[in-house]
Amino acid sequence: MLDWLQNVGKKGLHVFESLGRSTMFFLLILQGLGVALVRFRLTLREIYSVGVLSLVIIAVSGLFVGMVLGLQGYVNFAKFNAEESLGIFVALSLVRELGPVVTGLLYAGRAGSALTAEIGLMKTTEQLASMEMMAVDPIRRIIAPRFLAGIISMPLLAAIFSAVGVLGGYFVGVGLLGVDSGSYWSQMQANVDFSGDIVNGVIKSVVFGIACNWIALYQGYDAIPTAEGVSRATTKTVVRSALAVLALDFVLTALMFGDI
Amino acid sequence: MTDNNDYVSSEPLIEIRDLYFSRGSNQIFKGLSLDIRRGQVTGFMGPSGTGKTTLLKLIGGQLKPLDGKVYIQGQNVNAISRSSLFELRKRMGMLFQSGALLTDLNVFENVAFPLREHTKLPEQIIRDLVLIKLEAVGLRGARKLMPSQLSGGMARRVALARAIVLDPMMIMYDEPFAGLDPITKGTIVTLIKQLNNVLGLTSIIVSHDVEETLSIADYIYVISDGEIIESGTPVSLRKSSSEWVQQFLNGYPDGPAPFHYPAHEYIEDLLVGR
Ligand SMILES: Nc1ncnc2c1ncn2[C@@H]1O[C@H](COP(=O)(O)OP(=O)(O)OP(=O)(O)O)[C@@H](O)[C@H]1O
Ligand SMILES: [Mg+2]
Repeated sequence: MLDWLQNVGKKGLHVFESLGRSTMFFLLILQGLGVALVRFRLTLREIYSVGVLSLVIIAVSGLFVGMVLGLQGYVNFAKFNAEESLGIFVALSLVRELGPVVTGLLYAGRAGSALTAEIGLMKTTEQLASMEMMAVDPIRRIIAPRFLAGIISMPLLAAIFSAVGVLGGYFVGVGLLGVDSGSYWSQMQANVDFSGDIVNGVIKSVVFGIACNWIALYQGYDAIPTAEGVSRATTKTVVRSALAVLALDFVLTALMFGDI
Repeated sequence: MTDNNDYVSSEPLIEIRDLYFSRGSNQIFKGLSLDIRRGQVTGFMGPSGTGKTTLLKLIGGQLKPLDGKVYIQGQNVNAISRSSLFELRKRMGMLFQSGALLTDLNVFENVAFPLREHTKLPEQIIRDLVLIKLEAVGLRGARKLMPSQLSGGMARRVALARAIVLDPMMIMYDEPFAGLDPITKGTIVTLIKQLNNVLGLTSIIVSHDVEETLSIADYIYVISDGEIIESGTPVSLRKSSSEWVQQFLNGYPDGPAPFHYPAHEYIEDLLVGR
């Protein structure tokens, strides 16, 4: 019993300790963002590696998700003779939910894990320590540009995901199943609201971007500096980012669309 | 000790006073006090795992001592602000045991890194400075290679070029000779000596390579178990009456220095579970 209590206490302390450390880490990144803006070339390089290199997986996934939405939507709308509403259905699902959420999940797997492994290895090979000894703050020089790059990339990736998805839905709905092309687009145009839907979708993806990059960079920076430690940290990044994205999505959806 | 007179005459750059440090339950330093004098090569020797690397990290302010003080030029490394610590570090070079080159930059950019971070020099001058330092370590021809394409010894020489590119006042070498062939070892020995004499650097060398260290150090501390066992010039050290020091310098397998990490009785350990 005492052992058990001691164990719970120890675990609890550990959780609070790492909460504290990651919060401190976040504040330090925010301080370093100035440098990432001034030396924007550093950030641009990272936008290439987290954003541009994620384009293929995002576009392909967006296409398939859009096609599935087109098919499912058509099958169900056809029961009520409401096929013209397919465009609204596809666009709203993508812009409000699937675009930001699936992009967040894919980003955690594609870019987040890579960030954790990169930073973790830099720690393991003493590159971060040697930078500190050269009077260069690794949080400003290495972490902050990656963080900023991730936050810039995420909404753009989500927008690309949604756009490709709308085309995928069009291809299946209009191209294969014979929904009227004009009503697909005009219904979409009339019913998707810029501030209500698009802006909220962008807000979601920015929030997911902050969460995913914070988790990925912190896990790398805090990794135990061995091969095993880095591999564990990479796994944690993917699992925690996925959970964070889904949980935050619920909270944000409730705030934005829940009328509560 | 007449041969110490020369040593004592120059003033200390680094003063360590009553330093305590531990890793978990492992007490690494128990009240260490010593001076490192300006313009000289000071060597630290001691068995693996006694905390030599740890000592360099304490001097560089990367680790905080439990108790005690480290003064560099009269400033307490642990009491100054982060920005003053960074100012201080610009004038300290450190050569890591592994080299610790930045793996996404090539050799040239690695050496140029401190210049690009801390100065606004024009490209042409950066190029000249980097080439001068690379020439000094004999790797001007390797400037386009990536760190993954270098051998261990080459990586260490690039790291050395990087450590001196800002013309520091002192430089700390962690195991500069480990794993090098005799020729490269010889060049590094000469290089350290030259840098020390020509640039007027203060050098700290941590190493188990007895001959190399004795040949370049002006003063040597032998540490074990968190304490200084012996200190002196190479000449006086060789004459030391301490059995421990004789064992270490000559590499006798048997003697007062334990080769084993503290453990239970061997026989008992083997019998566990029978
Ligand atoms: N990050 C760490 N966490 C816990 N213990 C550590 C850590 N780094 C070093 N130690 C312990 O501190 C002690 C001193 O380590 P240090 O690296 O300073 O030794 P060293 O004298 O440089 O050895 P070597 O000559 O083999 O490089 C060792 O006993 C080691 O087990
Ligand atoms: Mg060491």
